[in-house]
Amino acid sequence: MAYNHFILTCGGTGCESNKGDEIYKSLIANAEKLGVKNQVQIVKTGCFGFCERGPIVKVLPEDSFYVDVKPEDAAEIIAEQIVKGREVPRLLYKGDAEKKSNTAVEDIEFYQKQVRVVLRNCGVINPENIDEYIAREGYLGLEKVLFQWTPEQTIEEMKVSGLRGRGGAGFPTWMKWDFARKAPGDVKYVICNADEGDPGAYMDRSTIEGDPHSVIEGMITAGKAIGSHQGFVYIRAEYPLAIERLKIAIRQAQEYGLLGKDILGSGFDFDIEIRLGAGAFVCGEETALIKSIEGNRGMPVPKPPFPANKGLWQKPTIINNVETLANVPVITNKGGAWLAKIGTEKSKGTKVFALTGKIKNSGLVEVPMGTTLREIIFEIGGGIKGGKKFKGVQTGGPSGGILTEALLDTPIDFDTLVKNGSMMGSGGMIVMDEDDCVVDVARFYMEFCVDESCGKCSPCRIGTSQLLAILDKIAGGNGTEADLEKLETIGKAMSKASLCALGQTAPNPTLSTVKNFREEYLEHIRDKKCRAGKCKKLVRFEINLDKCIGCGACSKKCPANCITQVEGTDKKRPPYRIDPEKCLKCGECFKACKFGAVAKV
Amino acid sequence: MAKMSLDDLRKLRDTKKTDIQRREAEGKEIQVIVGMGTCGIAAGAKVTLDAFLSALDDHKLVDSVLVRQTGCMGLCHSEPTVEVLVPGMPTVIYGRVDAACAREIVSKHLVGKALLDDHILDRPAADIMKG
Repeated sequence: MAYNHFILTCGGTGCESNKGDEIYKSLIANAEKLGVKNQVQIVKTGCFGFCERGPIVKVLPEDSFYVDVKPEDAAEIIAEQIVKGREVPRLLYKGDAEKKSNTAVEDIEFYQKQVRVVLRNCGVINPENIDEYIAREGYLGLEKVLFQWTPEQTIEEMKVSGLRGRGGAGFPTWMKWDFARKAPGDVKYVICNADEGDPGAYMDRSTIEGDPHSVIEGMITAGKAIGSHQGFVYIRAEYPLAIERLKIAIRQAQEYGLLGKDILGSGFDFDIEIRLGAGAFVCGEETALIKSIEGNRGMPVPKPPFPANKGLWQKPTIINNVETLANVPVITNKGGAWLAKIGTEKSKGTKVFALTGKIKNSGLVEVPMGTTLREIIFEIGGGIKGGKKFKGVQTGGPSGGILTEALLDTPIDFDTLVKNGSMMGSGGMIVMDEDDCVVDVARFYMEFCVDESCGKCSPCRIGTSQLLAILDKIAGGNGTEADLEKLETIGKAMSKASLCALGQTAPNPTLSTVKNFREEYLEHIRDKKCRAGKCKKLVRFEINLDKCIGCGACSKKCPANCITQVEGTDKKRPPYRIDPEKCLKCGECFKACKFGAVAKV
Repeated sequence: MAKMSLDDLRKLRDTKKTDIQRREAEGKEIQVIVGMGTCGIAAGAKVTLDAFLSALDDHKLVDSVLVRQTGCMGLCHSEPTVEVLVPGMPTVIYGRVDAACAREIVSKHLVGKALLDDHILDRPAADIMKG
């Protein structure tokens, strides 16, 4: 027995609360009533993400996409589509312009909110098999680069595409390549920067793990464009799977003659070697990265000279991020104009974000530049976990800031993020809810920067320590209003005087929170209160004796064994109490209590 | 394979393209594709893969089902993710596939030709290769 139709009903929270379950049951009842139970399978699925128009019902194999479905529509769907084989036009999703009535699911703008250019092969091909990459138009762009175009034409195509470096700062890729091409010398290098260090970011790792050949193809293209014959992938040793897949990919490309001498008989030589980094954050900075490959301690040097003129072993060198390079084969294959159609005026193409934190659908999200935070967080990401309130989103890791609710509708690209005190950075996006404390978050990033500062220049070495000391003081309830000014003064000095981007951007999380969440800092300072309950010195846990039913769930979770039953009450199950002397303020009891008896005060 | 010329590469691309199309064609082959990025493996994709292999063994399906691995599909919140292609049925992505769910996919989807409740997810975006 095989079904000829499948009806998928959305079982996400949003649709479920909109009578999704009734629709599901009604579909089954109607299928039984009309005697088509054996022809159609009715399935409950996870959230489709398009909650705004839910409940959603999708019918396969026609791929009919029904929105705003009501329980009473179930009879019609079964009677029309399953029995008679006709769609129900009135329920079909229609585009804004109502142009098409029969919209293929892939044409729906909502699903176009994600455009997978960099991740085109991730989750599709077997990364350990070069043939699968080749079958998906792999090395097709390279044919043009090697046999049809001059280096100038390749760079021109990059210029048309408008691609800017995805490592964070957004420098035009074509310009970097052009500088290196024009730099005198026979020996030049191409480096792929796979030193991904931002907390919460993992798009580079996933790209190499899922599609290593697109990075290799990007590097060969860059090599041909600037006249380099040797490439290096600088990747952190903490990424063993990515390293392994990259090694396999390089070996396969060498065997096929796509790397090495006389590539495809074109007369062009290019090879790639892997260099492992120890995972120091500063080694993501290009001049420090070069020092590290040369075998020295990874510390930045002043620019200029830029690596494009004097880089690795003093030779002209271009350093491109993984995501930048993965864009290159698409540009050479489909043309620069194809990519330039996606994105905003000054930021072309897509950006991959690693969506994490208090978000329902965490994962890798690739969207056109100019997509708003609201679309990413609430539509693609499905909103905040557990129905909590959105507080802010941290973008750009330790180099970025926290954007607030007021900025949710800003189209994001390189320039708007910088304008709002944050940064694209690598593309980590950590969503925060009302249980997160901004002072605590700023402290976390500053602690990270204190650990990761290489110590070479004093603005960064001393500045980060000083900022952390002040943040500690505020979190401990000993801050003054003058401290806020100090944070700003030191932060601004660091951004002007530090040698490299680590120090220049390290104050960003602090500065942006002081600016956007000043009230909360003042609460810590004046009222000695942390509303999120994260700053341990300012929070106390108490059990409300009236609400406590004496179940003891809190006491079982308590790691300090400081919750005991109150003796001598006449209740059958005596309530519990917390010993404030021993309490570690970990909050486990608060999470464990099902009756709201544990309070943060 | 020895080093290729430009013609070799083009030929290889054409054959592999047809290979991929052919294996998607009716009646040919069933595919189970497991997302094996770090995120998937951390969520237990290796256990899932083993469960598929042993369940296919139990159902004597080893010869007719191709179990492949791939990278991260981007649906990290529902790892391990598995894509199932059965000729004559819609292609489906399942999320949160643990060992028990893997066995269920083999018995219900591959053998019984029915989809599983509550584990289906939608593809994150359209494929740019088609356009």
